[in-house]
Order: sequence, then C-alpha cells, then structure tokens
Amino acid sequence: MNAIYILTGVGVLSLLSEILNFKKYIVWLAVLGLVATLVFTVADWGTSISYFNDMVRFDNYAIAFSALLASVGLLWLLLSKKFFDSNYHVTDYTALVIFALIGAVLMVSFSNMVVLFIGIEIISLSMYVMAGSRKNDLLSNEAALKYFLLGSFATGFLLFGVALVYGASGSFYLAKIAQYSATAQPPVFYYAGIVLIFIALAFKVSAVPFHFWAPDVYQGAPVSVTSYMATIVKTAAFAAFFRLFYTAFASNSDVWWLALSIITVLTLAVGNIIAVQQTNAKRLLAYSSLAHAGYLLMALLILNSYSAGAILYYAASYSLATLLSFFVLDKVSEYSGTNDIAGFKGLYKRSPLLAFVMVLSLLSLAGIPPMAGFFAKYYLFAAALKSGLLWLVITGVVASLISIIYYFKVVAAAFSQADENQASPISVPAFQKVVIVLMALGLIALGILPNLVFGLI
Amino acid sequence: MLTAILIFLPLLASVLVLALKPAQARVAALIIALAELAVSLVAFAQFNPADTSAFSIATPWIEQLGINFNIGLDGTGLVLVLLATILTPLIILSSYTGNIERPALFYFLILVMQASMIGVFVAEDGFLFYIFWEMALIPIYFICLLWGGAERVRVTLKFFIYTLAGSLFMLLGLIYLYLQTPGEHSFSMQALYEAGKNLDAVSQSWVFWALFVAFAIKMPVFPFHTWQPDTYFEAPAQGTMLLSGIMLKMGVFGVIRWLLPVVPQGVEQWSYVAVILSVIGVVYASFLAIIQKDIKRLVAYSSIAHVGLISAGIFTQNSAAVQGAVIQMFSHGIIVFGLFYIVEIIQTRTGTTKIDELGGIRSVAPKLATLFMVIMFGSVALPFTSGFVGEFLLLNGIFQYQPWASAVAGVSVILGAIYMLNAYRKSMSGEANTLTQSITDLTTVEKAVLIPLCLMVVVIGIYPAPLLDLSQTAAQNLLQIVELYK
Repeated sequence: MNAIYILTGVGVLSLLSEILNFKKYIVWLAVLGLVATLVFTVADWGTSISYFNDMVRFDNYAIAFSALLASVGLLWLLLSKKFFDSNYHVTDYTALVIFALIGAVLMVSFSNMVVLFIGIEIISLSMYVMAGSRKNDLLSNEAALKYFLLGSFATGFLLFGVALVYGASGSFYLAKIAQYSATAQPPVFYYAGIVLIFIALAFKVSAVPFHFWAPDVYQGAPVSVTSYMATIVKTAAFAAFFRLFYTAFASNSDVWWLALSIITVLTLAVGNIIAVQQTNAKRLLAYSSLAHAGYLLMALLILNSYSAGAILYYAASYSLATLLSFFVLDKVSEYSGTNDIAGFKGLYKRSPLLAFVMVLSLLSLAGIPPMAGFFAKYYLFAAALKSGLLWLVITGVVASLISIIYYFKVVAAAFSQADENQASPISVPAFQKVVIVLMALGLIALGILPNLVFGLI
Repeated sequence: MLTAILIFLPLLASVLVLALKPAQARVAALIIALAELAVSLVAFAQFNPADTSAFSIATPWIEQLGINFNIGLDGTGLVLVLLATILTPLIILSSYTGNIERPALFYFLILVMQASMIGVFVAEDGFLFYIFWEMALIPIYFICLLWGGAERVRVTLKFFIYTLAGSLFMLLGLIYLYLQTPGEHSFSMQALYEAGKNLDAVSQSWVFWALFVAFAIKMPVFPFHTWQPDTYFEAPAQGTMLLSGIMLKMGVFGVIRWLLPVVPQGVEQWSYVAVILSVIGVVYASFLAIIQKDIKRLVAYSSIAHVGLISAGIFTQNSAAVQGAVIQMFSHGIIVFGLFYIVEIIQTRTGTTKIDELGGIRSVAPKLATLFMVIMFGSVALPFTSGFVGEFLLLNGIFQYQPWASAVAGVSVILGAIYMLNAYRKSMSGEANTLTQSITDLTTVEKAVLIPLCLMVVVIGIYPAPLLDLSQTAAQNLLQIVELYK
C-alpha cells in the first residue's frame, strides 16, 4: 500500500516540478521514489492487509509483484535516461510513467473488479500518450492512435464483462464471485461476462488472435516506451489475469480453459514463426515478446500452486532480459541509424560490453542454461508435465527451438564484420555500464539460484 | 573435493583469462589447463575402483525441487576426465602457431567448455547433468561462430538447433522420470534409476527414445549425423578438436550413465535398433570417407565411423564391448585430435585440404610425415597402437552379441585402412608439387603437441594394462548397475 502512496507523491511532484523549476532533477527524484517504494513494499512482506473496504489486498502475491514492478521500473528509469534527456516535456513523461506504475501496482493487488478496471485504465491511458511521445514521428503517432483505438475497444469489452458478471453474482469482490460461481447455477450471461473479460485481458497481454496491435505499437513507439510496455505492462497484465481467473473464475475453468489452451498454442506458434522472418530488430523483439506471452499463458493453463511462482519468476527473468535487449537496441540504432538487424553488425568491435550483454540477454530469452530464462522455462515445463499437459510442453519445446533461429540471427550479426560506415565505437555512460553489467550478472545469478524468487509465493 | 576443483578451477580461472592481454592470455590459459591436468592426475593416482566415495560431493542445490549438486567420479568418468584434461592443454598449445584474433575470449571459451564437459562427466544429478550438457554448447557455438570458416553462420546455427532439439527432448525425458520419483521428487541419479526401474515397458521405451535421440545426435549416430561434417569443416581447428576429441564423448557417456541403467527394459527392447543404426553408420560413413576429396571431411567421416562402432559396442551391453568402448573413447579422442591437427598443419602451410592437390610432403617434411604415420596407424587400428586395443575388444564383444553385426562392422576396419592409407599416400608420398615443395617441417610447438599424442598412441598400444584395468572395472560396474535396476 505504501507503494501507491509514495508513487502518487512522486507523480504529483513531477507534475509540479515544471512550475517549481527543478525538472533537471526529476528523473533522479523518481529513481529515489522507486527505491523508497521498493523498500517499503518489501518491508510489508508476510503481512496481508486490506485497504479501501477490502478493495485492494496486499498479500504476498501482490507484494512480490509490486516489488518486481518497482525494481523493473527502477532499472527502466536508469536505462532510459536518454529518453528523458531528449524529450522537451520531461516532467509530463516522468509523471505518466510513475502513474502507469501505480496502475500496475493496482493490477497486481486488486480484490475487487472495479480496482482492476481502474488499474488497467491508468496504465493504458498513460501508455497511449507515451506511445505517441515522439510527436514528429509518423510511426509514433500511428502507434499511439492504433493502441488507443484498439485499447478502448478492449476496455469496452472488459467493462461490459464486469457488468455482466456483477449482474449475475451481485458483487465486484473476487471472493464473493468465487463463492457464487462455486455454489449457484449461474445464468448464461454470467459466462458471457467471463468470456468478455477474458478477451479484454487477452488483448492486454497481446495473445493471439488479439495481438494485431502489438507489433505495430511496439515498433512505432520510442524504444524506451516499447521496453516499458513489454516489461512492466505485460507483467502487470499477466499478474492481473492470473489473480482474477485463479481466485474468481477457477471453478468455471471449463468455460475458458479450452479457449485459453488454443490461444496459448497460437501465441507460441505465431509469435515465434513470424519473428523468424523479421529483419527489423525492434519488430523482432516485439514478436519475441509476443512469443513469451505464450509461455506465460502456459502458467495460467497449469493453474495449480506452481503457477503464481512460475509467473513471477518468468516475468522477472523475462523483464530483465527484455530491458537489456531493448537498451542495447536503442544504443545500436542511435549509432547505426537503423533498427534493422544489420545495424548490429560488428557490435562486438564497436562495444564489446554491449555485445556481451546482448548475448547474455538473448541466451536467457532463448532459454539456454545457466541463464535465468532457462530455469523459467524448465519450471513451467515441469509444472505442465506434472499436470499431464504433455502436448503443451511439446509445443513449448518446439517453440523455443524456433526462437533460437531468430535470437541467434542477432547474435551472429553482432559478431560479424561491420559495414564501413557503421564502425564507430558506441559509448555508454558509466553509470549505465554498471547497471547493465549488474543486470547481466543478475540474469546468471537468478539462473543459478532460482529459489531466491520462485519459492516466494 | 578434487571433483569440485576439476569443475571450478577452469570455470573461475577462465574469467581471469578474459581480463588479460593477448600475450598473457594464452600463457595463462596453458598454465591453467596444465594445473587442471595435474589435478586430474592426482585424482587418477588416488582412484580406487572399489571405493569412489572420496570423490563424491552431495549437497542440495534447489532444495524445494529436489535438485542437488551431486558429483562423483567412477571409472568411465575418470577416463573421460583424463581425456579432457590431457587434450585441453594440447589444444591450447596447438593454437600457439596460428594467429588467433581476440585470444582472451578464445581461451576463455575453451576453458569454460572444458569445465562444462568435465561437469557432464562427473554430474550425478539429472538436472545438473543437463545444465552442464547445455552449458558446453554455448562456448563451442561461439568458438565456431567467431573463428570459423566462410559458411560458419549457417552451419553453426544448424549445429546448435540440431543438438538443442535433442537435448530438449532429453530434458522432457528427465523431467518425466523426475515426476515418477516418490514423494517430494528428486533429480539425484539413484532416484532417477529407481524411478526408471519402476516404469512399465511402454513408458520405458518412450523415455528411451527421448534420451537416446539426444545422445545419438551428439555422438553422432546415423541418421542423426548430418550436422557433423559441415560443422567439423567450418569450425576452426581447435573447435573441431574440442568437438571431435572430447565433446562427442559426452554422447557416449550419456548412454553409459543416463540411458542404460535408467531404462533397462527400454534398452532391451530397442538396443537392437540402436546397434543396427550404429553399424549402418559405421559402414555408411566409411564409404563416404573413401569418396571424399577433402582430407578434413575425410577425417570427419572417419570419426562418424569410429564412434558408430563405439556406440554399437555399448548397446550390446557385453562386458568386452563396453570395456572396448571405454578404451576406444580415449584412444579415438587422441587420434582424431592428432588427425585434425595434422590437417590443420597441412592447411596452414599449403592453403588447401584437397587431397589431390597435395603430394610429396614426405620428401620435404619427413618429421610431419612420420608422426602422421603413427597417428594414422592408430586410426586404422594396427596392432601395437591404441586403436587396436579398443577396436579388438569392441569387435570381439559385438561378435558375442551378434556375429553378423561384428562382421559388417569389421568391414569398416578394412575400409578405414583403405581411405586412411590412400589419403596418406596421396598427400605424403610421390613428388612434391608446387604447393608442397616449399613447406617447412614441424616447428617446436607442433612437435610438442604431436609427440605426446604419438607416444600415447604407441604406449597404450604396447602397454594397455592401466587403461584396461580402469575400463574393465568401469564396464563391470556399469553392467552391475544395469542388472541392479532391471
């Protein structure tokens, strides 16, 4: 809960900083705010306190995800310093980013569907603006518009679904809905409500076939914003998805389980197969993020005591690796003037550190031991096999084999000969060097000592 | 304790190498590899087949999931650890003559590779085994990608995907076994053996195939070998040596420790198929070797043939054949390394590996020709060479299992003599041509690599007793365990 207070304070402060004339320091202030958020969130560990008439509850699940979101947000801010330096409206954007984080925290801690809706709206509205933050860039504008139009649609679905479920069960509280669905014979429109909510959330996590917005938006938005969407927004959306369906709709799983399993297989297949054909690295990472949504959906399908820990660990390892790869992409495209994979050529000569970091994060995304990404997948596969879902695991295995093709395309480019005009060394600010090295080591450490994370919840 | 040192010494020291300047890096790498060799020799000296508990370490790693850091050494493991620790310093030394770009990274990768492979040979926990198994793939991929030939990007990707595909299904097999372990589940070797023992015959054959394919790809056994010739051809010399000398033994070792005792009934049902595939591979690869025009490819195919024989021997589960397989793994590692090194020497001097373009090297570089001859005799399994001991035991064992299989595989010895002698004759004897007439004879470094190899070939051939003892206990041990978990 302290997370929400602190974040709100920082958000408001950054809105004021333009007037009060300390906008130079606002990013660092936000960094401090996030550190405080992290500390106060972790301090609540083990408690399970409800607020606002039990509309949000900070149980260990909520705390673990809030802490993850705060740390990813922190790392994101540190790595996106350039984004704020190059933007005139720095204060607006820091405020939006911080507010989006509040939305994310609400999405992982709600126990009432209204709060879920508010959380999703806060995060979405902020992201619509952020996606269009490069006003003079046509693609950025297109991304914002596309995201906004389709996102509003999904919001409509969500709201309608919530209304229908409320109409049947008479409550917005997850616990009461769960009680209702387990005991009563719900009318058909209750199930329609579940399906509508399901579609809306599938849209938010960009699961196939509700993914069409994602590649364009991810490609059009500034790299830093894309990286925010691919990590924080996605983590929050999955945590919300699981929290809602595991607590409220678990006893109705016969309604949505089959649909979800089809969506999972489709997401794994489409994300990976289309990624293979990409020549644009940003779009490639967008599809890769789509593919990873497929793995996270697997955790929803398994729906047992393993799932929460699996999602947490997967989200942590995936976010870390994704932040790193987007950071490297940003640096490379800044110096090469292109987002194409070809721009990565000769990265090893231009900046050995970035090449090293990129390789580690791609290996992690591809799931090669001893990186964290391997253990994330292993844990999912083991949990799925325990539930007897062999077909799901085989799909996952084949998908990760395909993913090697496109991740290694980037790796091979990074270690090939650079073009003449693109051989200038790439410089990285010292503090960011420290951050990325620590993050890369973190990927290995998480892989070697995974019980630090997955056993938490 | 020694076992842990064997893994962590090269692993930790490799980071140090990465930070060094080029000239220092290669010296440091050699020193580390020699230190590692010393450790493994100490282990060899202390080894007592009756009681290997001194080498065992068992600590929980990820306790909630029953994953342990269990390592230990048995006879087979020790032979392979010795092979890895003997070859690695020689491989590092062999790179001294060439001009390696980015040496710090190169030696870093070699040392990480060595650590991972030793990890594979000592792991006594299914999960740990898998981690090391996969970890070995990363350095060799980068060695091939960064220092390989023109087609390297495509070829290395194929290699990586091929082997990873096998490993992932092996992972599924291991997870399946793990879920069959009672109670809180465990990945420890004994628990997996127990779990495999309790499976019914049908499940055992599924697990057999999940594991077998991974090992068959690594060795490689026909028809899973298609990645191998291209990869050996495109990889830099040291990469090929690592792959053929040590890494492919991971596949054989996998069969010995993680297949035969795990699903004995599955093996019983399918060993016939495995032997047939292996024997087909032996003959097929031998014929392909005969028609190769390129000596590097010839050696690559000859390697498939030799490994096919080893694989066939192991699947017969005959004590003589298993013993022969263990010896032959060691001997093949030395010989194939030597052959690839000689190919490398010829290539750097003449710029070609086409057999027809060579000739007359003997007249200008007699030392090279002599040492080549010793290693080639080892390869064709001439008596009094190390190749003979292993191959004789293998053919003998396979004969007891199935005479015709032994007869067919025995043909490969003749075929092997044909292509090896032919390659030797065409490249070494006759008149020196424009390409070969000006080449220099072996340098000191090259001699320092080749002479120990040749000595090992001859010494093991004449006095095979230590290796025979070690491999005999290893074979008996294996067959006992298989019997125990049947």
